[in-house]
Amino acid sequence: MKKSHIFLLVVIAIAVSVVISTAGDASSYVNFKTAKEMKQNGDDNMVHVVGELKKDGQGKVVGIKPSNDRLSFSFIMVDDSQQEQLVFYKEPVPADFTKSEKVVVIGNYHSEVFVADKILLKCPSKYEETEIKPL
Amino acid sequence: MVHSFIGNLGHLMIIIAFVSSASAAISYFLSSSDNPLKAGRWQLFARTSYFIHAAAVFATVFCLFHIITNYYYEYHYAWKVSDRNLSNIYKISSLWQDQEGSFLLWIFWNVVLGLVIIFTNRYWEAPVMTIFALVQAFLTSMILGVVIPGINLKIGSDPFILLRDVFHNDEIFRLNPNFVPADGTGLNPLLQNYWMAIHPPTLFLGFSTTLVPFAFCLAGLWKKRYTEWIRPALPWSLVSALALGTGILMGGYWAYETLNFGGFWNWDPVENASFVPWLTLVASYHTMISYRNSSTALKASVILIVATFILILYSTFLTRSGVLGDASVHSFTDLGLSGQLLIYLLTFLVLSVSLVIFRWKDLPKSAKEVSTYSREFWIFMGATTLCLMAFQVIVATSIPVFNEIIEFFGGIGNIAIPSDQVAFYSGKQLWFAIFLALFSGTGQFFWWKKIDKEKLKAALTYPFIITLILTGIVIIVGKVKEFSYILLLTASIYSVVANSSILIKLVKNNINLAGGAIAHIGIALMLIGILFSTGYSKVVSLNKSGFKIFADVEEEFNLENIVLFLNQSYRMEPYDLTYKGRRLDVKGIPGYVDYNNLAPTEDRTRAIALEDININGKAYAKKGDTVKIHPENVYFQVDYIDEKGRNFSLYPRIQINENMGNVASPDIKKYFAKDLYTHLNYAPYLNPEEEIEWSDPESHTVKLGERFFINDFVTILDKVERVEDVVALGLNESDLAVRASISIFGNDGKYTVEPLYVIRDRMLGRIPETLQELGIQIVFTKIHPSTNEFTFEVRTTQRDFIVLKAIQKPGINVLWTGTLVMMLGFIIAIRRRYLEFITMRNKGTELRS
Repeated sequence: MKKSHIFLLVVIAIAVSVVISTAGDASSYVNFKTAKEMKQNGDDNMVHVVGELKKDGQGKVVGIKPSNDRLSFSFIMVDDSQQEQLVFYKEPVPADFTKSEKVVVIGNYHSEVFVADKILLKCPSKYEETEIKPL
Repeated sequence: MVHSFIGNLGHLMIIIAFVSSASAAISYFLSSSDNPLKAGRWQLFARTSYFIHAAAVFATVFCLFHIITNYYYEYHYAWKVSDRNLSNIYKISSLWQDQEGSFLLWIFWNVVLGLVIIFTNRYWEAPVMTIFALVQAFLTSMILGVVIPGINLKIGSDPFILLRDVFHNDEIFRLNPNFVPADGTGLNPLLQNYWMAIHPPTLFLGFSTTLVPFAFCLAGLWKKRYTEWIRPALPWSLVSALALGTGILMGGYWAYETLNFGGFWNWDPVENASFVPWLTLVASYHTMISYRNSSTALKASVILIVATFILILYSTFLTRSGVLGDASVHSFTDLGLSGQLLIYLLTFLVLSVSLVIFRWKDLPKSAKEVSTYSREFWIFMGATTLCLMAFQVIVATSIPVFNEIIEFFGGIGNIAIPSDQVAFYSGKQLWFAIFLALFSGTGQFFWWKKIDKEKLKAALTYPFIITLILTGIVIIVGKVKEFSYILLLTASIYSVVANSSILIKLVKNNINLAGGAIAHIGIALMLIGILFSTGYSKVVSLNKSGFKIFADVEEEFNLENIVLFLNQSYRMEPYDLTYKGRRLDVKGIPGYVDYNNLAPTEDRTRAIALEDININGKAYAKKGDTVKIHPENVYFQVDYIDEKGRNFSLYPRIQINENMGNVASPDIKKYFAKDLYTHLNYAPYLNPEEEIEWSDPESHTVKLGERFFINDFVTILDKVERVEDVVALGLNESDLAVRASISIFGNDGKYTVEPLYVIRDRMLGRIPETLQELGIQIVFTKIHPSTNEFTFEVRTTQRDFIVLKAIQKPGINVLWTGTLVMMLGFIIAIRRRYLEFITMRNKGTELRS
């Protein structure tokens, strides 16, 4: 076997292990039901849940409760399978939060509450996001 | 009035730029024919097309700039990214704030580079410019903004859209189609930083320059000049690595300085997308050198150069198509260009990969197996490590793309990016970095000649011993305990020592060749700096009071933040610090001005000075002057006394930012060996509409000298007297004023409060006094002449305070020094290659037609 072949094999081995380790560390998109089951089965890994904020009949967002010091807040999120869930976030309400079309929360369950470590917002395309105010 | 001419002109220029780039691509293609007659015929046409293209691009930039600087807010782009208050430098930088403008910046750089090539390299002009012009056609199509009739397909998004066309459903435009907003919405204040003026242009220059080696490489394959292309591609890839590397690092420094996540690198997909092509670019440079010196690694060079350019296109696709939407916080909004971007990417992917495959067997083969004791071997190992680093980052960054692909084929893509990105990437990259440092150190010893085992041993002995001694010292002094850190430290110090020993020899002989050694020293220093500043950053603001700052936050927040009340000294080992109050940045005045000395006006960017503003004996503003302020930036002065008794003030900032929520920016005290990095985590009353909440007034009726209690503090009414000089209070001669003098014994000493009781034009007026240190306001409400008593109303509020976090970052200066050293190394190497080119050209050995 030539040296270059050994070299190639080593490189392939490293590349494969990179892929495997990435797959191992990757989080996953789940719904609240699965996230809860994972936690109950002792899986503490953080997961991504995609959903929307809960809205009332008029399309107004309901259920956002900032804490007294406004440093954290909780809200109600509806995941893709229409399950409602109370989510707690340990940071202030992000700007444009209520305008978001879609919310991704990354975190896991702490008993009945989903505690988000990070929140990503998907805002409507830029041509819809602002209103012109007449002066 | 709607200035429609300039926008129409700009749009026309974009269309001309698009058409002329397409025509330049076709005519350069024809001009690159091997038939000299045909080539000559098309050359003039090709060049003319390209010059028209260049002129049209410059004109487009001019039109957009004209719109922004003349406040034509009837245009959506100007309205969106700028306002009347922006200083000139930010008016220029608002050009590239949004997606269309940043494409324009990229197009602009490509045009400039294309012109440089036309004027410097006639031999390669036709084939290289074919590729350039084709790229330009794709890029200009992104901002074309033309709807194809019939199928109603919109190509590109142009920056000259009128506001009324964007908001055509808005009431205001239905009532008055010629409505023009008085002001724009402004450049996001977070971006109003001098880095915004230099980071994007540098980064985009980096993106642009990757096209040059790529174009030479493809031209070489296409025209069967399999080896000649390396000569011109080599210096250009160095320029590109310098520009892209500098652009990336500027972004890192910007983040460190203005964002409060406390680091310079967050492994965000947008950051990764520019880092990965830089890695492959640097790898390609190394394999090209290897080829130049010993005819090995030509195929590797071809693959890496193609990969770099394709990765640039891929990152453009990632960051601008919206595919990262669920994964990144700061990618651009989707402009509906994903299809176009994908076509751009796939076109060049298919084109270049098929050309490489087609020519593969014609590429000259390396003569022999590379020996372990040759420099090529070590270069190749280093390049491979760089590629593996790039591979690790791109695999994880592409997870959202894998999901899309799985879903395209009907599957369910539910893989998400690792939740702790920093730990995931840094943990793996660290091991690659160890090898990188080892290879970059050892490779240098093979620089000129082949050496055998014995010679290598002899050459390595001293560097090896010095490394061990230095590493030992650093480990003890820096208290490095983790095994992986020790390895990285040893490898990095080895690289510094080994490259320094080479550098010493080079300084004596030929400094022009020192670029490599210097750049490698820079990289190794950067690794050491990264290791210490991130691995050993230490929170110094430890809350030892045992009290929770806030009830419903994480335990960690309460332990790692301290509360500073206004004007109360606090001990934070090893510093004594005092929060001195809020400050504003006033235009034309150095430093900061006390918030309480400025009264707001109707115009939020103007304020009236309540006191004379003198700094170092120079008068900057008189009482009553109107000054220009940046109302969104509130600075909090914190005075420090360090362990050696030195005084300094830090001004961490909170920016009241409508677009992004309030943003805390740190202020940094730089020491030689560390940075003290402080930022606020909370301050009350930030939003203007958030009014101070006072308690219900409590009334006290007392006699002179009588003791009473305010907020549990002992208080005495010392005296009540008539004010003689009422004019000084802003009253008339005939008015009357009585001043009460009240002493309050707070925890930190005695405070005196002097509220006024005023009869003005025979009307009763009361001027309250506020004691911010204790959060007390006293109003002198009544005088009872019959009983010799006085009535005061007291209201209390929360005292002004801040919640502050301070972190020590050791060795961060090593990182920045390393950055500069690396850039210097690149510059020396570029200069060397440039001199080489000049010599060859003068001797006539450079290929020219």
